[in-house]
Amino acid sequence: MSNRAKLSLYVPEPNARPGEQPSFDHLEIPAAGAVRCPDIGAPEHELRDLPYTLIRVLDEQDAAVGPWNPKLSTDRMIKGLRAMMLTRAFDDRLFRAHRQGKTSFYMKSTGEEAIGAAQSLALDQGDMSFPTYRVLSWLMARDYPLTDLVNQIFNNAKDPLQGRQLPILYSARDYGFYSLSGNVGSRFGHAVGWAMASAYSEDDKIALAYIGEGTTAEGDFHEALTFASVYHAPVVLCVTNNQWAISSFAGIAGAEETTFAAKAIGYGIPGLRVDGNDFLAVWAATQWAAERARSNRGATLIELFTYRAEGHSTSDDPTKYRPADEASTWPLGDPVERLKRHLIATGVWDEEKHASLASELDIAVRAAVKEAEKIGTLGKSKPPIEQMFEDVFEEHDWRLVEQLREVRD
Amino acid sequence: MIEAINDALDIMMSRDPSVIIMGEDVGFFGGVFRCTAGLQEKYGKTRVFDTPINECGIIGAAVGMGAYGLRPVPEIQFADYIYPGLDQLISEAARLRYRSAGEFIAPLTVRSPFGGGIFGGQTHSQSPEALFTHVSGLKTVIPSTPHDAKGLLIAAIEDDDPVIFFEPKRIYNGPFDGYYDKPVQPWKKFPQSKVPEGYYSIPLGKARKVRDGEAMTILAYGTMVHVVEAVAREKGIDADILDLRTLVPLDIEAIEESVEKTGRCLIVHEATRTSGFGAELSALVTERCFYHLEAPVERVTGFDTPYPHSLEWAFFPGPIRIGEAMDKILEA
Repeated sequence: MSNRAKLSLYVPEPNARPGEQPSFDHLEIPAAGAVRCPDIGAPEHELRDLPYTLIRVLDEQDAAVGPWNPKLSTDRMIKGLRAMMLTRAFDDRLFRAHRQGKTSFYMKSTGEEAIGAAQSLALDQGDMSFPTYRVLSWLMARDYPLTDLVNQIFNNAKDPLQGRQLPILYSARDYGFYSLSGNVGSRFGHAVGWAMASAYSEDDKIALAYIGEGTTAEGDFHEALTFASVYHAPVVLCVTNNQWAISSFAGIAGAEETTFAAKAIGYGIPGLRVDGNDFLAVWAATQWAAERARSNRGATLIELFTYRAEGHSTSDDPTKYRPADEASTWPLGDPVERLKRHLIATGVWDEEKHASLASELDIAVRAAVKEAEKIGTLGKSKPPIEQMFEDVFEEHDWRLVEQLREVRD
Repeated sequence: MIEAINDALDIMMSRDPSVIIMGEDVGFFGGVFRCTAGLQEKYGKTRVFDTPINECGIIGAAVGMGAYGLRPVPEIQFADYIYPGLDQLISEAARLRYRSAGEFIAPLTVRSPFGGGIFGGQTHSQSPEALFTHVSGLKTVIPSTPHDAKGLLIAAIEDDDPVIFFEPKRIYNGPFDGYYDKPVQPWKKFPQSKVPEGYYSIPLGKARKVRDGEAMTILAYGTMVHVVEAVAREKGIDADILDLRTLVPLDIEAIEESVEKTGRCLIVHEATRTSGFGAELSALVTERCFYHLEAPVERVTGFDTPYPHSLEWAFFPGPIRIGEAMDKILEA
């Protein structure tokens, strides 16, 4: 043994485990309106303060304040609120459907509804998002048919994906929603390629990609940022930092050392860090990044700072690794409540209207579930057996012809 | 073969503006094997461009481009370096059509130099085709002549499914009969490798009859086609030689027809033996031609070791090992 000091391995630990007092005291949360909003033409090197702060618009008095206020029309805000409320109603109903054995799996996006809803509405119809499994509100904001969602979740005869995919791994090209896959991160670079293709084709469409903070550790994150940076790809790269990757807290993905937005600096692209529970802030930052992309100024990385209020999935029990009441102490609150209070504060909304919308949405979700149930829940109704062999290739080769014959006989 | 590949790329780029080429050193420089020489100058740097050194990034970006509607032809500099891109090929490109019920497709053609016999050592010699033939949703193509390289590459680019196009680099400049101490004869000395001008394509899924015979069927692809042909000629064995050309889709009819005629079958590939594509071929021949077989199906392959450097010619399935296998089959 040498007489040098012994090394020790550092392993990050969250502030609180089950049974302990949750604490978010370590978070630095600037006041709404406090962060500057630079011109979209500003060079990256003048933007390096932005990844270390937090862009917020809705203040403690429910007013929209500061330079990032997107000054949205009431209609747009109500549309966003509706998409968020619908997402939550759908999540609650389908989570229950899983408990009732009607499907094998479900994942909620509770607490993160503002992200998909605001970004879906802020982008154009021809733009393409490359989602994760936790941005259902993107589809809700674009009025994707509820029954098709439930049919996919029940994997029944009318499942648009023919029973091939796990529940919630949707694909909805016409809604700007790229095919989901269970392996995390692997589509982050597709968004960059899609955006490069749009630029090559002299199109005006842009791409938007999601990745969770846990998945930023995958090589795909580095690859996408490198390609996006090198080719000035018209893409908005979003890290949804909901603090948890199943049971691993964000520190295991590197959150103790820097912010996820700050990773942009090393790639020479702007990084924004945004209050992910603030519908207006998400909208404004997305619009800023989208305009940069559309004007050939290249990619932006946005960290959407939020909290995964529920378990990772129906297969997960979060009380085994974090305090049961941690979600209720999250300092950025609830995205639905915050937008609702803002609308009420501006006098265009009230509790009665809100309750009536909630009930209308609940009825719509129930009706969709009922309609899908008529076709069949998981295992009670299936796509035709031919569908197991379709779409492997454009046309069957002899193996698939023979194997289909085998299962038919 | 290099010129034939370059020609195929040129023709497809001139026919279809959605065809674009990307990869390490493929742009200004024209590729480390010159396969993309002159294309950037002709078609511009937005259609033929250099990429960062990141195989996963190259294939991932190409999948995204395909989803948009382009027809990318990414190059992986050596098949030995395709592994960082495997997640993109297996989990994404191969599955995209299936999992999206046809909403999105991945019409890419991944070109990559492959195979040994060039003193490439462990990471410039591998033949990883079996990793890809095992993946549902991928097509795997391996040409053995300039004529086929051009026609098959054009067909691969036009195909709406993802294609892995392996180019045996040992025969880039001329055929190789397995005698490594003899000088290489350039392709232009072989009239049968003459490449027609202009557009033509060779359908994927069709084997090429290299030579008609009665004594045994030999199944081979890539460089090994030339080696087995030379051995059969030298030994005076009346072999029925099939160059498979595409492993997926596989020309099962041609294989069955030949083995039913000859009753004997030899399979030769450079790749390591265990779970190599030869195992699949052997199983298919045994399952489908069992009552016609007069001898056990034999395989001559690379050994189950990493590809060695100085012991290359002991590893490579050369004329001696192939000749012994032929004798064994005929004696059975």
